[in-house]
Amino acid sequence: MNKPIRRIAMVTMVMFAALLVQVTQIIVFQQDSLNAHPQNRRVRDQEFGGHRGSIVAGSTILASSQETGSGGQFAYERSYPEGELYAPITGFNSYDRGSAALEQTYGAELAGTADSLFVRRLVDTVTGRSPEGATVETTIDPAAQEAAAKGLGNQTGAVVALDAETGAILAMVTHPSYDPTPLSSTDIGAAGTAYEELLADPERPLMNRASNEIYPPGSVFKLVTAAAALESGMEPSTPIDTPAQLTLPGTSTQLPNQTQCGNSTQTLDRALQLSCNTSFANIGIELGDDALRTQADKFGWGYELSAVGGVAARFPEDPDPAQTALSAIGQFDVASNPLHMAMVAAGIVNDGTVMTPYLVDTVRAPDLTPISTTKPAQLSQAMSAGNADKLQGMMVNVVEQGTGSNARISGVTVGGKTGTAQTTPDKPPYAWFTSFAEGNDRKIAVAVFVESANIPRSEVGGNVVAAPIAKSVMQALM
Amino acid sequence: MPQSVVVHRKRRNVELAMVLLAQVIGVVGYAITHINMFGALPSNLWAVAMLWLGLGLMLHLVVRWRTPYADPLLLPCVLLLNGLGLAMIHRIDLIPDPPRTDVLTQLLWTGLGMVLAILVIAVLRDHRPLQGYTYSLFLASLVLILMPLIPGLGVELNGARIWIQIGGMSFQPGELAKLLLTVAFASYLVEKRDALAVVGRRFLGIGFPRPRDLMPIGIMWALSLLLLVSQRDLGSSLLFFALFVVMLYVSTERSGWLIIGAGAFAAAALFAVSSFSHVQVRMDSWLHPFDNYDQNLQIISGQFGLAWGGLLGRGWGLGRPGLTPLSKSDFISAAIGEELGVTGLMAVITIYALFVMRGLRIALAARDDFSKLLATGLSFVFALQVFLIIGGILRLLPMTGLTTPFMSQGGSSMVVNWMIVGLLLVVSHQVRKPVAAPEDVAISDDSTQLISVPTSQARP
Repeated sequence: MNKPIRRIAMVTMVMFAALLVQVTQIIVFQQDSLNAHPQNRRVRDQEFGGHRGSIVAGSTILASSQETGSGGQFAYERSYPEGELYAPITGFNSYDRGSAALEQTYGAELAGTADSLFVRRLVDTVTGRSPEGATVETTIDPAAQEAAAKGLGNQTGAVVALDAETGAILAMVTHPSYDPTPLSSTDIGAAGTAYEELLADPERPLMNRASNEIYPPGSVFKLVTAAAALESGMEPSTPIDTPAQLTLPGTSTQLPNQTQCGNSTQTLDRALQLSCNTSFANIGIELGDDALRTQADKFGWGYELSAVGGVAARFPEDPDPAQTALSAIGQFDVASNPLHMAMVAAGIVNDGTVMTPYLVDTVRAPDLTPISTTKPAQLSQAMSAGNADKLQGMMVNVVEQGTGSNARISGVTVGGKTGTAQTTPDKPPYAWFTSFAEGNDRKIAVAVFVESANIPRSEVGGNVVAAPIAKSVMQALM
Repeated sequence: MPQSVVVHRKRRNVELAMVLLAQVIGVVGYAITHINMFGALPSNLWAVAMLWLGLGLMLHLVVRWRTPYADPLLLPCVLLLNGLGLAMIHRIDLIPDPPRTDVLTQLLWTGLGMVLAILVIAVLRDHRPLQGYTYSLFLASLVLILMPLIPGLGVELNGARIWIQIGGMSFQPGELAKLLLTVAFASYLVEKRDALAVVGRRFLGIGFPRPRDLMPIGIMWALSLLLLVSQRDLGSSLLFFALFVVMLYVSTERSGWLIIGAGAFAAAALFAVSSFSHVQVRMDSWLHPFDNYDQNLQIISGQFGLAWGGLLGRGWGLGRPGLTPLSKSDFISAAIGEELGVTGLMAVITIYALFVMRGLRIALAARDDFSKLLATGLSFVFALQVFLIIGGILRLLPMTGLTTPFMSQGGSSMVVNWMIVGLLLVVSHQVRKPVAAPEDVAISDDSTQLISVPTSQARP
């Protein structure tokens, strides 16, 4: 009987081997997809209620996790000491309503479940230390952030400040905003109610107007048209045909100037200072829509920049010459946001080089060793250094002698461009200011957007509403 | 008789060391659970450790006393599995608030199982007399298997009617039937093996039995089908049938029986899949669990647990085994995988394999047919059960709802498996015990007797 017994022994060993192979198969090939499964409560609870790492700006704590001490389902609860001010940066982390901003994009690092933390997790498992997520250090300068929020006050709008040489985001403010703490509560029912209320709010506080929405930029887009003009060989001194009224090609529509531009010609430099619509409409017609679109894309127009919560800006696909003329002055179907407009100013002041904007400087393990550090990266070369230098001069002239007078700061070189975008006659126009400041070995770009300023319609203009905000942010940074 | 006589060493001290090591692992699991969950050692750690070590020591001493030649690895393997199971059940007890005390019941059953194992070792001592009760054992098994169908006695739990309830106690009579049937099969086949080994017709070089000898396998097949239809017990049905076919094969050395058995099983499986909705549900949750999350929550959650545990596990008390329904019973190996990791689960599987290997070694070393068949049957049915339940959790096979020997919560399985251990210890003692070899009765050991013979009478 020993022969069949040996065979049965072989069979049983094959059965046990099959179990071992299957365990290996699960852990090697299925572990990641099982852990990433949306209905996996183990991972979701851990990422929500575990000891998440903090989000900081300098020495300011923007988000941190505290022990609940209740012995309940979740050991830790998230809080955001700075609340509304940093909401567009931190986002929120709710149990069943998703998460936003850094809480989402750096969710795995904050929860400690990222692959880059694998070795540390292994050590934690072996040593029995309770796992802790990594700290995310942002590029935000709290002084600039506060100055921007203070300047914006109660007005609906947004501000973005960039370090032009690196692309680091120094300030990102949107108003109205929301407090992320109730949304991230371990009282899941209350968090859901808070979320629904914010979602139903007509002022749309959950929206990040700084980077995640797009609006007509109006005259600040003339910077892109001016850059395209310089790149096509024009000079600041080149005279541009500037009639008081321009009949748009192929139509009977009359395009007027909003400022005193006369009825003959203006130099490119002077046309930018005075923000003459007919000059830039003529440049647009002359260069064509492809040249404008190419220039806009070089400033980062087509990039979504989702790592910093961005969306792509827009330039119309196939405009006719009349639409091209309107697009050249930032109307028709052109749309952008403070982030993209700040990148335009940053590209100009950084000798034509546009850097990729980033919000996270360093991700640091609980023992303070850096896990990853962002290296500044070039996004594109928007224009030649020489032309960038010319455009810088033109923007400085806008502030010194033109429409942007409210941004002047003594001892600092400030260049800018105002904008006022008409939407519908019954609503106040949007006020814009796109600017840079150079001094103290720093190059800063600031874009300000005010959606509905609480001042009479006639006074609305980038210089009145938006430029002072940009100025205060620059002062905080310089 | 073989020319050389193998004299097995007793190795009782090795067993003692291994028993202590195996038991300390369970106690350490208990202690670490409390450290990880409450930051302190359990207040009754010493009492629990003494009780648990005392139980193991008691078993070891009984083995030393009554079956000194028994295999030294069987007891440590079982105590390790049992200790891990108790620690895990206690750990899952701690999840709800207030905590449950299921582990006390489980410990009682363990104690009862150990007592029964001791009775088997101390009272039975030799398994061979069991050979005489073929038909009464078979009849008893049949009654046990059919018991849950008696109205008022049988209860349906989790979709299977395999339980009986007397007073407040519930019991799975099928577990006991597994043991009795193995003994009955072994003694039956020892008697009938010669007739069943007769080749009726050859096909593809394999000898097939005569049609008139198909009766026993046919009866077993019908019984398994009945079990499947009436009690919806997929696992036991397969277990009993496979057990009989394998023992038939071993006793007759005719692989034709395996082919007939496999064919009959395939036919029954096809029939079951096409006719029973609950079998179809099991198949679906095996092949496409994620298509219906709510229906297959248990198997999916078990998989999530394994993935969450990863290579080294979350650690005792640090996983979320409570998210998986029935994590104390059917899915206890998923809980082991979650908290002790793939490494821990593989270790557990390897210990089961080791136990089965020792059992089959006993079969190989045995000198009589009954011992060989009994040891093979007990080992094989154990291996198949572990394969079916853990394979189901790992989604290697459809779920069968069998118990995980020595680990999952449930008294019947615990008690019967301890009796199996007792029986294997007895068999291995009888097998390894030195036979009375010629030198054992050497004349030199007896004092030489001188018979005084009167010289006068000697020489007439």
